[in-house]
Amino acid sequence: MIEFKNVFKQYSDDIIASNDINIRIDQGEFVYVVGPSGAGKSTFIKMMYHEEQATSGEITVNNFQLQTMKPKEVPFLRRDLGIVFQDFKLLPRLTIFENIAYALEVIEKEPAEIKERVDYVLDLVDLADKSDKFPEELSGGEQQRIAIARAVANKPEVLIADEPTGNLDPETSDDIMAILEKVNKQGTTVIMATHNSIIVNKYPHRLLAIEDGRIARDEEGGKYGYENENV
Amino acid sequence: MKMRTFKRHLGESVKSLRRNGWMSVAAISAVTVTLILVGVLLSILMNVNKLASDVENDVQVRVFVERKTTKNQQDTLKKKLESYSEVKKVTFSSKKEQLQQVVGSYGNEFKLFGGDDNPLYDTFDVQTKEPKQTEQVAKKAKTLDYVNDASFGGTSAKKLFKVVGSIQKWGMIISALLLFVAVFLISNTIRITILSRRNEIGIMRLVGATNGFIRWPFLLEGAWTGLLGAIIPIALVDFGYIWIYNGLQASLASTSYRLLTPGTFLAEIDLLLISIGIVIGALGSFVSMRRFLKI
Repeated sequence: MIEFKNVFKQYSDDIIASNDINIRIDQGEFVYVVGPSGAGKSTFIKMMYHEEQATSGEITVNNFQLQTMKPKEVPFLRRDLGIVFQDFKLLPRLTIFENIAYALEVIEKEPAEIKERVDYVLDLVDLADKSDKFPEELSGGEQQRIAIARAVANKPEVLIADEPTGNLDPETSDDIMAILEKVNKQGTTVIMATHNSIIVNKYPHRLLAIEDGRIARDEEGGKYGYENENV
Repeated sequence: MKMRTFKRHLGESVKSLRRNGWMSVAAISAVTVTLILVGVLLSILMNVNKLASDVENDVQVRVFVERKTTKNQQDTLKKKLESYSEVKKVTFSSKKEQLQQVVGSYGNEFKLFGGDDNPLYDTFDVQTKEPKQTEQVAKKAKTLDYVNDASFGGTSAKKLFKVVGSIQKWGMIISALLLFVAVFLISNTIRITILSRRNEIGIMRLVGATNGFIRWPFLLEGAWTGLLGAIIPIALVDFGYIWIYNGLQASLASTSYRLLTPGTFLAEIDLLLISIGIVIGALGSFVSMRRFLKI
């Protein structure tokens, strides 16, 4: 469960990125976060995993009170979150298997369990045959599927995806959406920031539109497309 | 920390030392250069200390006995000298013995001065409890009966103490500066390797790695750098010292001064160089890690 209460975020140069955000996302939801560039989407997402901190207000993520959290606790917050980026962020010097295993080594899982989980998530994203390859040997869509596999390897409560289809063609984007929906069906909350109106309209879910740092719309199955950005 | 995790860190550190190639070589070279200088300085410093204590032990008062003093009078003088509280030991040395030493050192020509022609004096060599007391004892001895003169080699000893003192002081200062420079150099080199792995650290943090977990492989990598950097300095100091020791052995034989014997001394130096290397290596990476681990 993720909850924002009266959240403000102001950067030092007087830019207000979040202006009184109040929102509640329950376990198992699939939520799009849309809005033009510079509207405060990224800030909203980053505050969830404590990469950015709110200037005022309360943020609750999986029982962590982010406003009063000690720096030491941040890693533990993130262990319950899977995070996926537009640019994949895979480690170029590690194989696909190692890339996913890495996220599990960090939390000191047993080697046998790591192997089992990696094999499972590779199967989930349908790339089991690529486990010995290096990231650069894979296409963009495949790399993003690996990034999702890594994000869900630790069975997180929430999967946060920041423009996961931003660099991908429509067909590949469909593959990514299929995986995200599969993950969501297994009970994981999915929060996805996107510019892609085709995706949003084709796979309807709850839609949060952010404009000027405010939640402008919050609709179940909402449509998106009055902006012409990056379609 | 679990043993398995530590093994993982150890493996990671070795892997990344290899993967960083020339960067690692640069960092190791920085350690090597510094440790060579530190090793040479330390060898000099410790021998200077040894020399200082040799000199201290060597400082004594030489009391020249008037010619034509009878054996009894000499005994009285000896007892008188021994009665001083500062005096540790009084040894008699006849002019005959002294002439033999001169002949031994400077050649047979001096045999001419044998017998009654011997221009030397019988002497008492007086050792004091503290080196500093020699001056006092010499002054008192001068006023005694049957004493021609008393000397304590004071001015030359004082000069030597001064020289030794400043060598020690400057040696320490230079060593400290060198170590400082080494930490700076190493942390800079490691900082560059870390900089190139920023993304990696960022990803580690995003998947929930604790700072300790991220830091360990880097610390160990720094320690390896220090350890590998100590190899050449140790070899150089060991072989160099043994070579110099053997070379100087002959010329020091006639004096009461000795260099420190290589065995235990070199073992100490080696151990010290290894520890300094490891500590500055680890410290270097610790210092440069800090700013990347702020949350």
